[in-house]
Amino acid sequence: MIDKFNIGRRALIGSAAGAAAFGLAGGAMAQKPLVVGFIYVGPRDDYGYNQAHAEAAAVLKKMAGVKVVEEEKVPETVAVEKSMESMINLDGATLLFPTSFGYFDPHMLRMAAKYPKVQFRHCGGLWNQAKNPMNTGSYFGYIDEAQYLAGIVAGMTTKSGKLGFVAAKPIPQVLRNINAFTLGARSVNPKATTQVIFTGDWSLPVKEAEATNSMIAQGVDVVTCHVDSPKVVIETAERAGIYTSGYHTNQAKLAPKGYLTGAEWNWERIYVDFVETMKKGGVPGNFVRGGLKEGYVRTSPFGPAVSDAAKAKVDEVKTGILNGSFAIYKGPLKDNKGNTVIAGGTAYTQTEPVLEGMNYLVEGVIGATS
Amino acid sequence: MDGSDIGFWGVPLAMLAGAIRVSTPFIFVSLGECLTERSGRINLGLEGTLMMGAMSAYGTALLSGSPWLGVLVAAGVGLMLGTLHAVLCQLPKVNDIATGIGLMLFGTGLAFFLGKPYIQPKAPNLGALDLGGWSSIPQVQQALQVNPLFIFGILLAFALAWALKNTRWGLIVRLAGESVDAALAIGASVARVRLLATAVGGAFAGIGGAFLSLYYPGSWNEGLSSGQGLMAVALVIFARWDPIRCLWASLLFGAAGAISPALQSVGVTQGYYLFSAAPYVLTLALMIATCSPARSVRGAPGELGAVK
Repeated sequence: MIDKFNIGRRALIGSAAGAAAFGLAGGAMAQKPLVVGFIYVGPRDDYGYNQAHAEAAAVLKKMAGVKVVEEEKVPETVAVEKSMESMINLDGATLLFPTSFGYFDPHMLRMAAKYPKVQFRHCGGLWNQAKNPMNTGSYFGYIDEAQYLAGIVAGMTTKSGKLGFVAAKPIPQVLRNINAFTLGARSVNPKATTQVIFTGDWSLPVKEAEATNSMIAQGVDVVTCHVDSPKVVIETAERAGIYTSGYHTNQAKLAPKGYLTGAEWNWERIYVDFVETMKKGGVPGNFVRGGLKEGYVRTSPFGPAVSDAAKAKVDEVKTGILNGSFAIYKGPLKDNKGNTVIAGGTAYTQTEPVLEGMNYLVEGVIGATS
Repeated sequence: MDGSDIGFWGVPLAMLAGAIRVSTPFIFVSLGECLTERSGRINLGLEGTLMMGAMSAYGTALLSGSPWLGVLVAAGVGLMLGTLHAVLCQLPKVNDIATGIGLMLFGTGLAFFLGKPYIQPKAPNLGALDLGGWSSIPQVQQALQVNPLFIFGILLAFALAWALKNTRWGLIVRLAGESVDAALAIGASVARVRLLATAVGGAFAGIGGAFLSLYYPGSWNEGLSSGQGLMAVALVIFARWDPIRCLWASLLFGAAGAISPALQSVGVTQGYYLFSAAPYVLTLALMIATCSPARSVRGAPGELGAVK
């Protein structure tokens, strides 16, 4: 139903933008600014995933010779292809960032084949050099490093030993966050468990509130999430007086008492880099990844409930991650069905492609991937 | 196992809690639609009214600091949208279904447009009454945190049922819905009755929206309704145009919606997509169980959907 409205709204906005572009064509073409297009799946100010991208897009807007065009609430359907086409044809965009997971295949790939001179960079998708064209690529941050640190804080703060994770869909990036959070918590509190509830989609406020409440009823006292906008989860938990760990951006304002820390994106590092490369006539990287060390992700400042011991432990592990001496995923590691997923003696670095196809939940997670 | 663990008892309890928390918007929208349809008109625009109610309530609460003023404004906005629908439908050769769909899109779009600045800020919450103080089990206490609007919704259902059955006003509404000729014969203005019933129905839906944004889940964003207004309209048919049955249907729907998270939280983790579909499966099953090829839908107002 919702999709139906969006197409209507989008078409309207698209044609209005088109009219404006034709009107201004003479003036704009003369200086040839680099036009960068951003496409978001939800509203730009959602305290979440889209806001994290939009904040970085706002940084690009301030750069000289760069024009940013944005479109929000574009569903992961053929609608995004129309958005991309209108950005290319009407606005003259030569660098596109379709930021949502479901935009990649087949929509972005189809557009990339049709417009080989335009550069497409997708957030999160598993770009494959053998299969995908060279004008496409993917970038992502190893936010599970920040989730691991948040897990340490959660594990040292929980009284019941029960942590909660409200997740949208069981895709590799979500599973990676759940697993890293759990591994972090269990590294300091081996008895801790993480209860996962999948809501089924990226933005379902009522379901997210229900999931949070049913976990609170089961005795969970630290909750975090991987949905488009953590606002509902964080606010619901704060009202119930339990602790929260944020995601995407800083939600400390929503939970002044219970906010412990959170895993945040820092996309401007990537975007500014890409745009500067383009302006010099180059092509942005096809497979760009980075974590705490590269500055692509960070943790929120600690909330009032975090103990000094937890802060010290986080600093210690963070130092290890920064200097490369610490690996989050190392064997022997079992999944929550008892199978060994990483053999003893194996330690994966973050860049390991195997991790991007993660399809299991580690021991200590209560939940299933289907 | 510590004292706070109540295991599988958590599931029925969570369903009860879910019914109390989630059902209120369904109650208000379905009662509003019930009243409107009993007067012989369909208002499919209540999804849009719900969103406008949610947005205006949140905005008002934010700017004034008073959530109850927000509820009042939401009711007022609903009243206006209902009146708009009623007035449009009274023009000659206007189809109420088409107008309703138009107003649904209009209301939703306008709410998104005007609601942009309210996505981030945090408005005061309506709050809840703690009715679970007698229990020492925290889960029961949590489940019995009841918002006054929920209680108001229940009372409204009974009041509406009583009024439709026992008052002169209710009789005229039903008459307008059953037979225009009979209503005209006793000197009632069908147009005015439908205008009032549609407007008041819109006001109910507005209050339902205020509950969404000001209590549960308690913030304004564009995915807030996710079709709840439309489901509530369907519930009216399911409830056979009876306010009391609308109440039960809404509670059932709320409880069914809580199954998926409740089961996952006690460790039944396989097949949650299927459990998420539970409310809809339940609706279909009950519809099939109660239908009969021998008669048409029982309780449907005679004038409903009559082609002008």
